[in-house]
Amino acid sequence: MFSTVRERVGEVLLPGDEFSFEAEEKISLTAPVKSEKVVCGPGLRRCGDRLVVFKSGVLRHKEPNVFWIDSQQRRYVPAKGESIIGIVTAKSGDVFKVDFGGSEQASLSYLTFEGATKRNRPNVQVGDLVFAQFLIANKDMEPELVCIDSSGRANGMGVFGAGGLLFRVSLGLVRRLLAPHSDIRSDLEQLFPCELVVGMNGRIWVKSATVQQTLIIANLLQSAETMTAQQRQQLFRKVQQGAF
Amino acid sequence: MKDTPLSNCERDFLLKAIEEKKRLDGRQTYDYRKIKISFGTDYGCCFVDLGQTRVMAQVSCELVAPKENRPNEGIMFFNIELSPMASPGFEQGRQSELSVKLNRQLERCLRNSKCIDTESLCVVSGEKVWQIRVDVHTLNNDGNLMDAASIAAITALCHFRRPDVSTQGQEVTVYSPEERDPIPLSIYHMPISVSFAFFQQGTYLLVDPCEREERVMDGLLVIAMNKHREICSIQSSGGIMLLKEQVMRCSKIAGVKVSEITELINEALLNDRKARKAGGKCGFAESMPQERITALKKDETPVEMTDVTETANGIIQKGEAAPQTVPSPVVPVPGVGQVGQGLQNSWGLEDDDEDDYEEEKNDNSGDEQVEEVTKMDVGEGDVVEISDSEEEEVVILNPEVPEKPKNTGSKSHQKGAAASKKRQKK
Repeated sequence: MFSTVRERVGEVLLPGDEFSFEAEEKISLTAPVKSEKVVCGPGLRRCGDRLVVFKSGVLRHKEPNVFWIDSQQRRYVPAKGESIIGIVTAKSGDVFKVDFGGSEQASLSYLTFEGATKRNRPNVQVGDLVFAQFLIANKDMEPELVCIDSSGRANGMGVFGAGGLLFRVSLGLVRRLLAPHSDIRSDLEQLFPCELVVGMNGRIWVKSATVQQTLIIANLLQSAETMTAQQRQQLFRKVQQGAF
Repeated sequence: MKDTPLSNCERDFLLKAIEEKKRLDGRQTYDYRKIKISFGTDYGCCFVDLGQTRVMAQVSCELVAPKENRPNEGIMFFNIELSPMASPGFEQGRQSELSVKLNRQLERCLRNSKCIDTESLCVVSGEKVWQIRVDVHTLNNDGNLMDAASIAAITALCHFRRPDVSTQGQEVTVYSPEERDPIPLSIYHMPISVSFAFFQQGTYLLVDPCEREERVMDGLLVIAMNKHREICSIQSSGGIMLLKEQVMRCSKIAGVKVSEITELINEALLNDRKARKAGGKCGFAESMPQERITALKKDETPVEMTDVTETANGIIQKGEAAPQTVPSPVVPVPGVGQVGQGLQNSWGLEDDDEDDYEEEKNDNSGDEQVEEVTKMDVGEGDVVEISDSEEEEVVILNPEVPEKPKNTGSKSHQKGAAASKKRQKK
């Protein structure tokens, strides 16, 4: 089955496509039996002894045995470990309610900030932006966010946002921006110096030297969703020449 | 469901940008977004796109008994529905404050201005009159629902045809559309509302606010006017103090905008009439953009880039020749049938004639500078777009590579399996 899945890496698959495990025709009596393990990422699910696709998209592969479906959507479903940009909507007791664009609001305890104690509370107001990651995110419980990592350090998370612009994009663009050697990011680096915070819930925060530059970057990112690499590079080049 | 809350940093940024006279989508202070008007198959059905804001208006009529105190006048009934489709904050069934405000404003704009001749709607005095009902549904809210609703309502009323009636004594015969052609309503003038948003206690003013701008505005001034510069209604909400000069200036701006919009509406109505008379395919199914698997289309995001137009034109002129146009396979949207014809089998290559615009390009093969010339045939389609100063780009990927004239430095077209073609509206 490993080989059948491997063959179709890079193809567009639709929900309902499946990979079934076929027993090998010949089993060698002398060679040791190797057990195959396939790790299913988002979009793939195991049904009995078959691997079923339940999201439409392109099949991707990462060595040694991770497969997933790269799909496109705008609605965010929380998943543990993902860092997102949330908006604080309420303060109740020692818990903040944060809206991240999902079906429920997440809770963020004030003790989960770096250096926070019962006496030393973090300075968070209603309406502030927080960059946090999910501690609990499943369909049965209320999602919980934290602003520290496992060693107790903030690591870039926490309250931020004075002076920048927040806007929404699709989840696919966000993943492309956060990929290790992202084309879009390297193109953007050549434009203007700017500060960028990318949340996996489809929210991006930009801040640049002037209001005009910030608006340009926001518009460029929003239009980069539907452009090919060539068109995007041409557009960025145009902007670069126009700005000087 | 609750609307997404507005964060402090967005509010601060928007106010700062407005102080520097910058808008999120690069418009100027007095610019409207792109308005697109399209009609459905029935008379009286009209869709209006104001940027991303989308509303639909439907006009219908019925014979009823008239009101007691007005026995020889017809009845007009207006209704704006805020559908949950438009925004997560709108709830089905609940009469929210915004809904009441919009309904009241639309009624004032259309009913009190007496734009429709209600006496012509009378069939038998005291017994039977026409009741004209205008339903406006909001499909997407990106700000300024009032303007979009007023444009949709008046356009639908102008488009509507009511059945013909004849009376013989006490007998009233209503003819069906097959027996006698339905007749249009008699409309005296077209009142259109223009919205002005005020910020920082009236210091800054923006026309046609988008949804983000509406969230941070202090107050709103709505002026309904017709093209003869008669004010039909003025409403100021939000409790801001406005100076007399500001109101006068706003009414002058409204006059200009209303005449532009009225022209656009008349053009759209004319195109629709021509298309119907020619027996061509008309209706909503036609005006929807063709969903091609191989097409990548997005309206160009207006970004204000100073001095970039000259450099951009320079780049385009030095650029390559466009490839030959190759017809692309057209896959119609499933579930959509064409009016009057069966579903098309379009797996064979055929010419693009479904588009709303017809394009023609001059292809000079060779290394000369090529400037693309396109012609928009407005008579074909029902859809007319007004754009202030934008270029539209459509890039269509064709499956075959035509013979491309060799050009050095050709970077903007993709090599390999697809060739692309661009078209620009001059």
